[in-house]
Amino acid sequence: MKQTLTTLTCLFYFFLATFCQNHNEANIGEIHGNFETTNQYYNPDTAIGAPNVPEKLLSSSFANILYSRGNFNAGVRLESYLNVLQGIDPSYNDVGIPYRFVTYTMDNLNVTAGNFYEQFGSGMILRSYEARQLGIDNAIEGTRVKLNPIKGIYLTGLIGKQRLFFDRGPGIIRGLDGTISINELHPRLDSITTKISVGGSFVSRYQKDDDPTYNLPENVGAYSARLNLNHAGFSFTGEYAYKINDPNSSNNFIYKPGQGALFSMGYSQKGIGVSVSGKMIDNMDFRSDRTATLNNLTIGYLPALSKQHTYNLAATLYPYGTQPNGEMGIQADLVYTIKKKSKIGGKYGTLISVNYSRIQSLDKTYYSDASDPDSTRMGYTTNYFKVGDEVYFEDFNIDITRKLNKKLKVKAAYFNFIYNMEVIQGLGGKGTVYANIVVLDVLYKLQPKHAIRVEAQHMRTEQDQGSWMTGLAEYTFSPHWFIAVMDQYNYGNKDEGKRLHYPIGSFGYTKGANRFMISYGRQRAGIFCVGGVCRNVPASNGVTLTITSSF
Amino acid sequence: MKHLIIISISFCLLSLNSISQGSIPAVDVKTMDNQSFNTGEISNDGKPIIISFWATWCSPCKRELNNIADLYDDWVDETGVKLIAVSIDDSRNASKVAPYVNGQAWDYDVLVDSNFDFKRAMNVNNVPHTFLIDGNGKIIWQHNSYSEGDEYELYELVKKVANGEEIRH
Repeated sequence: MKQTLTTLTCLFYFFLATFCQNHNEANIGEIHGNFETTNQYYNPDTAIGAPNVPEKLLSSSFANILYSRGNFNAGVRLESYLNVLQGIDPSYNDVGIPYRFVTYTMDNLNVTAGNFYEQFGSGMILRSYEARQLGIDNAIEGTRVKLNPIKGIYLTGLIGKQRLFFDRGPGIIRGLDGTISINELHPRLDSITTKISVGGSFVSRYQKDDDPTYNLPENVGAYSARLNLNHAGFSFTGEYAYKINDPNSSNNFIYKPGQGALFSMGYSQKGIGVSVSGKMIDNMDFRSDRTATLNNLTIGYLPALSKQHTYNLAATLYPYGTQPNGEMGIQADLVYTIKKKSKIGGKYGTLISVNYSRIQSLDKTYYSDASDPDSTRMGYTTNYFKVGDEVYFEDFNIDITRKLNKKLKVKAAYFNFIYNMEVIQGLGGKGTVYANIVVLDVLYKLQPKHAIRVEAQHMRTEQDQGSWMTGLAEYTFSPHWFIAVMDQYNYGNKDEGKRLHYPIGSFGYTKGANRFMISYGRQRAGIFCVGGVCRNVPASNGVTLTITSSF
Repeated sequence: MKHLIIISISFCLLSLNSISQGSIPAVDVKTMDNQSFNTGEISNDGKPIIISFWATWCSPCKRELNNIADLYDDWVDETGVKLIAVSIDDSRNASKVAPYVNGQAWDYDVLVDSNFDFKRAMNVNNVPHTFLIDGNGKIIWQHNSYSEGDEYELYELVKKVANGEEIRH
């Protein structure tokens, strides 16, 4: 055993020495990577509901290593969860290399073997992606071929299984996608200011039917068609998707087909931008395992049609999450800059942004004739010309940013939320939350590289945990240092014993692409979202050390 | 044996570091008007390029790009630098990118990297993350996060690159 180890070590050393030597001389390619480690020491804190963590210290880390030489690329990701941080699925419980790939590009052909991420159109019927902070990684493992036969035509074909923690899901995904960019087809078309592209996708999942009760489709197909149009400052993008019957855990094993439609229209020119978008989703939960739940093995991605907020109280208490089994929604967004040096705009101009979104249920009629099991297994019918009565979510928000002088910048924001907890979080009996939030954000530059930023936030609500206040002060010294303190206070909780403070302090150092951050204090339980997908983070109390690096 | 390996690894990493001037990887992304664009085509006639990863939901990113926007005309006049703002907004927010960019009256080139292919290829952990590329298309400097005033350090480096000076890490 020892001998083998020594031999291996010698070989490794030899490889390393040769590699390093060659690296400086010939074109042996480039190696790059990035690294992140998050380590948290947990104190039990019964007052805020922070559980006792038996390991005391939890640690999640990963490192990507990419190698490229000419048209050849290869990469691996090492991941380590010892054990995984609270709030991320504990099925991440190992150390390993769950991501590795090789890619080769030759003229108009690109081939990938191994793990890869891919998105067809807006992603409604296929999007494999990673959101590491949420513990989401549904990379496909298999083969992908991209072909660009003539200018303006892009084709992608893929086959594979999806990642599930340190394993793979049971279903096989087959996908085809094509995009035609009309303007690229001919040099004459290229000069036209109207840009048009059309696309279509087909995705099919195979999963064996071993259900004792139902006769389930083993091959479930989904297709979509899309159109993009741009002319001067106008833009339109729309996509329609259809999925054949796919009885699954999410839709309660009904045999109804699924449908989805998304559109977005916008107009913008210097100083003003507006957009209006709409969406309808009906029974579109599509996964590579029909019994999968949570964020696991999703093939399709159904984006939430609402603004993604950044201020603590607006972002983490009541954020919307898409209801894959049915919803209809609209959103409107305006960004406007009042001109510099004008009476209202002031010396530096004033930025106003307004956003509104509202999401309601579908108008569904359920089959209820128990004597006819065939129809009840279809679930329901949908009237697409009518919006359902139940309000899931509404958000009206406005913010105004103004630079008063060289040193002072002020931002004020207002939010009004309607949040149906029963539907969005699946918490029966919790009802709907009505909340108003105001935020004042002031940035003062002491010197060109020294700045203090202060945030004061207030949320008023009668429901759920009642009203909150948040105060934050942040001092930055460019380019290396920052220090911040924040306190959240649930002063309006009906339960007086829960009127608690959540103080936390953070300190960070950045040099180039290396970043160190340490924080100590209480973290409130909340919903942490990235790109519209969320996870519940439990309350915690302790020290967190994060290091990120890229090279 | 163990020590030998540690020494050689350190040596290897050091030698890698000294030549870590990578080139821009070639990845397909979209322009704001939804046309395909390959990042291998990024160029600026031998003048410096700044690549800044951002998102419509990222406050420090927007602060960075807004602060640079106030100075950008001067930067371009003095050094010929070009800033490419790469949005990592996914399909939830991608349609808000153009209205936001124009609403702010930014003069940057903007690319949309909705499924993070370019972000991954550039080894970006989180946004904001800013790169400086020299006239030969080599990445010579990068910085993660943004603090008020970081743009001054960046511009000092841009000027050096424009004058053909070496940048020390």
